[in-house]
Amino acid sequence: MLKLSINGKTHEVDADADTPLLWVLRDELGYTGTKYGCGMALCGACAVLLNGQPTRSCSLPVSAVGKGKVTTIEGISGAPARAVQAAWQKLDVVQCGYCQSGQIVAATALLAQKPKPTNADIDAAMSGNVCRCATYHRIRAAIHEASAIMAGKASDKLEA
Amino acid sequence: MDKTVEISRRGLLKAGALGGMLVVGFQWSGKARAAAMPASLAPNAFVRIASDNSVTIIAKHLEMGQGSYTGLATILAEELDADWRQVMVEAAPADAKRYNNLMWGPTQGTGGSSAMANSWKQLRQAGATARAMLVAAAAQQWQVPAAEIAVAQGKLSHASGKQASFGDLAALAATMEVPKEPKLKDPKDFKLIGKQKLPRKDSKDKITGRAQFTQDVNLPGMLTAVVAHPPRFGAKLKSFDATTAKQVKGVVEVVAIPSGVAVLAHGFWAAKKGRDALKLEWDETAAVPQGTPELVAQYRALLDQPGAVASKTGDVVGAFKGAAKVLKADYYFPYLAHAAMEPLNCVMRQDKDGVEVWNGEQMQTVDQAMIASVFGIKPEQVSINMLYAGGSFGRRANPASDYPMECAHIVKATAGRHPVKLVWTREDDMRGGYYRPLYLHRVEVALDAGGQLLGWRQRVVGQSIMTGTPFEAFGVKDGVDATSVEGASDLPYAVANLQVDLHSPRLGVPVLWWRSVGHTHTGYAVETMIDEAAKAAGRDPVAYRLALLDKHPRHAGVLKLVAEKAGWNQPLKAGKKGEKRGRGVAVVESFGTFVAEVAEVTVRPDGSYKVVRVVCAVDCGIAINPDVIRAQMEGGIGFGLSAAMHSAITLKAGAVEQSNFHDYPVLRIGEMPRIEVHILPSDAAPRGVGEPGVPPIAPAVANAIAAATGKRLYDLPFKLS
Ligand code: FES
Ligand code: FES
Repeated sequence: MLKLSINGKTHEVDADADTPLLWVLRDELGYTGTKYGCGMALCGACAVLLNGQPTRSCSLPVSAVGKGKVTTIEGISGAPARAVQAAWQKLDVVQCGYCQSGQIVAATALLAQKPKPTNADIDAAMSGNVCRCATYHRIRAAIHEASAIMAGKASDKLEA
Repeated sequence: MDKTVEISRRGLLKAGALGGMLVVGFQWSGKARAAAMPASLAPNAFVRIASDNSVTIIAKHLEMGQGSYTGLATILAEELDADWRQVMVEAAPADAKRYNNLMWGPTQGTGGSSAMANSWKQLRQAGATARAMLVAAAAQQWQVPAAEIAVAQGKLSHASGKQASFGDLAALAATMEVPKEPKLKDPKDFKLIGKQKLPRKDSKDKITGRAQFTQDVNLPGMLTAVVAHPPRFGAKLKSFDATTAKQVKGVVEVVAIPSGVAVLAHGFWAAKKGRDALKLEWDETAAVPQGTPELVAQYRALLDQPGAVASKTGDVVGAFKGAAKVLKADYYFPYLAHAAMEPLNCVMRQDKDGVEVWNGEQMQTVDQAMIASVFGIKPEQVSINMLYAGGSFGRRANPASDYPMECAHIVKATAGRHPVKLVWTREDDMRGGYYRPLYLHRVEVALDAGGQLLGWRQRVVGQSIMTGTPFEAFGVKDGVDATSVEGASDLPYAVANLQVDLHSPRLGVPVLWWRSVGHTHTGYAVETMIDEAAKAAGRDPVAYRLALLDKHPRHAGVLKLVAEKAGWNQPLKAGKKGEKRGRGVAVVESFGTFVAEVAEVTVRPDGSYKVVRVVCAVDCGIAINPDVIRAQMEGGIGFGLSAAMHSAITLKAGAVEQSNFHDYPVLRIGEMPRIEVHILPSDAAPRGVGEPGVPPIAPAVANAIAAATGKRLYDLPFKLS
């Protein structure tokens, strides 16, 4: 049995050591907001925060998580996360939505580090996240919007 | 471990031993839901108004990102005069009697950018019907004439001060007579249609991780299946040894099916490990022998031979004899994978009544029939829960029902012992076929001394998408698959002498429509060649096109708008030292929607390039949701750029050489241009926007690169250096 800290809760899981964290989250624990896109650390659909750092859960064996604190899309919280989600909703970034958990996790990590990112910062931080619907144009705009929200220029409340 | 509870109207809620996290695996089951429906006003198949004041709109079309749920809801809510906030969207069940696509005859499905176009009248009437019944109920209750009752934002009111919500009147309204010909609004009274920023209905669930995709379905007792497919198209299973696979912890069963060998396990990881541990022998005698180089050689030979005539006007031979100048180019378009973000998957379970399916379902009627044929049951015994699809771009609308059939075979081979979630890995998805076909084109253009178009000859070589499918009778005539030549055979540019012909070689590489279908290649060949003709004539590319579009005012309309908004007549700002800059234009009509795009590129001294800015003008008739239209143009441009700049599927002896995003690169954020979308006001009936943003971008960029460097690009994806 492995002990994992996910979204502030401790879970005990019975999984082979080589099982990627992604499949433990999705198939064992039911955190299906984190998506499978490539399985090879190429697309970012599976991004979660590990101790606050964006991490590709498809390529991280569950045994390597150790005492690390995992945060998934279901558990992200704090000012950057709230701002990102509010901005995403305000600009209606999503299309199919399948990549968006990963995009939001990556954008949250970026804003936690750099509350006022430039376009170049955004392109660098988000380059690992593929969106086949190509919502990139709005992702960029929404990150700037989130930055403004964090600076208190707009509300971070999600509409019902 | 799993505990399943029924909750009203919400189907099965899977709670499970999830550390206290309750609502995680929320499973819609159409069957359970239908059984638990409370009484409410449901005058037709598309709307239900409940006493809790909710308005549920039943969407017959798949939401795969294109905004169909929002669009369908907007049309109906408009005529109903609902408050947007009270409107919810629910997926329609598979039932072609009620939910057929009116542009597809008796078939239910989503595609060809037809969702808005075919639903427009139907949903307006559905909304107006419900509204009329609410009004009748209020008139009866308040004892006032119906004509004196006003409806706005989900409220009915009368000058006397009487007021009611939809919910208050739903039960009484349900007893009113259903009007036959409810009056529809004058478009000038639209409040939701055309509104600049109506929030999408699927946004919140998709930004909180709650949206349910097929990949997320988890039924009690369900096993995940991963399948070993043949390494080459056309190969078949000879034998397999599952001894090691069965030793993998979590593997439950291994079964042979027509498309390979399926490993069923608790969870994806065990299933995949089991699949990878199989020892397999394949019979490759019927495998596709060619690789891409051999195919291209074979197709090139066909470029020299006349094909089936797709269109012929005037005297093309004579036009070329009398030409002062002839332009000629051969084009190459590779196979393309759809590579939607959600790899293909399907969930199925068998019970005593038949089979229940969970799928990002794009072609209900065909999939029902195909799945039913596997089990020997009736199509109506196959019920389908249409879930959000994580993209599709055409891949989930397969007349061959490849992956639903595969899932059905697995369920059948395991005698329905477990619900099955079939999951294709990214590699399975990339190598699974059903590609945009590989095409070659030859285009020859005859010009007079003044550069005017005298003749246009175009030969297309590539597999037919529709031949051998139920759509053949409708789309293939005299050996010409309309989807192979659309956009060329009906060339919009005025030319007295036109001939387009086609070779459709048959081979065992499965092909399929790919976002914007034939226009993905015809649009490129036509729009780059007309640009060359303009250049040869010494004319401005926009003016040259406009002069040939007299009979096509909507092409001309978007072209003029895009030129104006892009500042076409002002010089492009120079680049940094050593950089070359260029601007290019293209205009393509597809699926009844007209789109023109201007691309600005910067070519660096090392031959690398960047698409810096794209201006887009679109005329799709009445703009139902302007923001969704903008999003689809933006996304279509990005999707088209992937194909222009990066992606190709190639074969080696019938085996696909690519496998994942490292060798099938797609556009990433750093390459996304700035995009501005302008919508041409129109009162024509609305047409679709999911596909039409794609075709103009590759030729617009190629024309921009030619303007910058003088180099014309005939092969996709582009190679500049
Ligand atoms: S699924 Fe992990 S990066 Fe693609
Ligand atoms: S929204 Fe569809 S892949 Fe990003």
